[in-house]
Amino acid sequence: MSKRIGMEIALAAAEAAALCRPDVIAAYPITPNTHVPEHLSEIVAEGRLDAEFITVESEHSAMSACAGASGAGARAFTATSSQGLLYMAEILAIISSMRLPVVMIIGNRALSGPLSIWNDHSDIMSQRDIGWISLFAANGQETVDMTIQAFKIAEHPDVMLPTNVNLDGFQLTHVVEPMLMPDQEEVDRFLPPFKPFAALNPDDPVTLGALGLPDIYTEACKSREEVLLNSKKVILEVWKEWEEQFGRKYEPIEPYEAEDAEVLMLTMGSMGETAEMAIDELRKEGMKAGLLKLKLWRPFPFEELKEAVKGAKVLVVTDRCLSYGGAGGPVALEVRSALYEEKKRPVILNYIIGLGGRDVMVDHFMEMIRTAAKADAERPEKAYEIYGVRE
Amino acid sequence: MAEKKWPETWQEVNPGCIVFRPGSSRDYHTGTWRAERPIWDNSKCIKCGICYLFCPEGCISEDEEGYFAADLNYCKGCGICAHECWPGAIKMVGEE
Ligand code: SF4
Ligand code: SF4
Repeated sequence: MSKRIGMEIALAAAEAAALCRPDVIAAYPITPNTHVPEHLSEIVAEGRLDAEFITVESEHSAMSACAGASGAGARAFTATSSQGLLYMAEILAIISSMRLPVVMIIGNRALSGPLSIWNDHSDIMSQRDIGWISLFAANGQETVDMTIQAFKIAEHPDVMLPTNVNLDGFQLTHVVEPMLMPDQEEVDRFLPPFKPFAALNPDDPVTLGALGLPDIYTEACKSREEVLLNSKKVILEVWKEWEEQFGRKYEPIEPYEAEDAEVLMLTMGSMGETAEMAIDELRKEGMKAGLLKLKLWRPFPFEELKEAVKGAKVLVVTDRCLSYGGAGGPVALEVRSALYEEKKRPVILNYIIGLGGRDVMVDHFMEMIRTAAKADAERPEKAYEIYGVRE
Repeated sequence: MAEKKWPETWQEVNPGCIVFRPGSSRDYHTGTWRAERPIWDNSKCIKCGICYLFCPEGCISEDEEGYFAADLNYCKGCGICAHECWPGAIKMVGEE
């Protein structure tokens, strides 16, 4: 039976990963995800988990070791943050192209520079288009649940894609929260042993990662695109199974007071919980405000988004990352593209918030929503605004 | 129907582009890339095997008498063998 625990979320994520019985863990420490692999190494050292813990010399090697392990048919896990993710970049795209279901926790952190160890989403956004499934947790419980779900989604025979679970650095990784931790029997029931589609074995040789000349590369890309788009079906199935077994509901876009909302805010990650409090306050004032919490970033839930914003006049999209020289934040770019062809769509505002660990308080969210509410009459001049930047 | 050498449509691409048949790269005849072919003059050859060692394609083999020749199905015409053969036994000749 699940047990209620109070634990730092990074440690809980490690406990959840251990319950999934990974065969190989290869990781290199980097703030703020460090406690995840550190705690896993303790779990292996204590003999609670029979896994190969590879202390690699870099993140590039961590992801390479995961590629090799997964290619040999092992369940592989790693975790990283920020520059570590960038150092893995070369292997990230290779892993998804080879359809290796590696699971990775990303304790999201800003990219240098200036050197920052604090949280925003610029690390994962820089690796947005690499063909991984990306989930975003809003709190400790979601981190635990999504870590376990990630293995089942990644390894599903119709998916076979690497999956990353994103949790905000410090704001989640270093926070102690009460959570329900499933037990081994429950996780074993939910997550079957990994059955690789093909594995490297000298007795039955296969080629992984072959050369793709121009006469096949395009078809290979199309096949990757199709499988990633179709993975949404499996993700929804896995979330349904999770809800049936554990009673906690997951959906690509979780609404909060959104049903009759005229002004909707959209968040991704831990700031959703602060934004909820802002919505409560504004509702008390009589404003029809609501919130959408995006949990599934890749594959992007186009249909669900269209459905969710149907009744709204204004949509305020928050981003924890800036696409320098582009049209704002990556989430807003995606949302605008998703809704562009719709005959009736809300006015869309984009606020870039919480860069490099800048706090965003309830008052700030309230101010953003109040300003946005006026945008119905007067459309914003700019495509986006960096909220609270000192001028 | 003869087995296809490689997939034509995206639906035929194996997951992860995994190739299940060992040695399938032999089906790809890199010899079609060639603009020049190497011609051996065995009267100058001292049978040192340098050409055999340096060929990046691994397509040079030794015959019963100890002389060397390229398999033109795979020889890309890079000219490395001719460059490395210090007695000058190999000449690159333009393909017609
Ligand atoms: S390198 Fe020249 S001399 Fe040496 S074996 Fe080849 S052809 Fe003969
Ligand atoms: S030309 Fe290049 S590929 Fe051809 S035999 Fe010589 S070294 Fe090998």
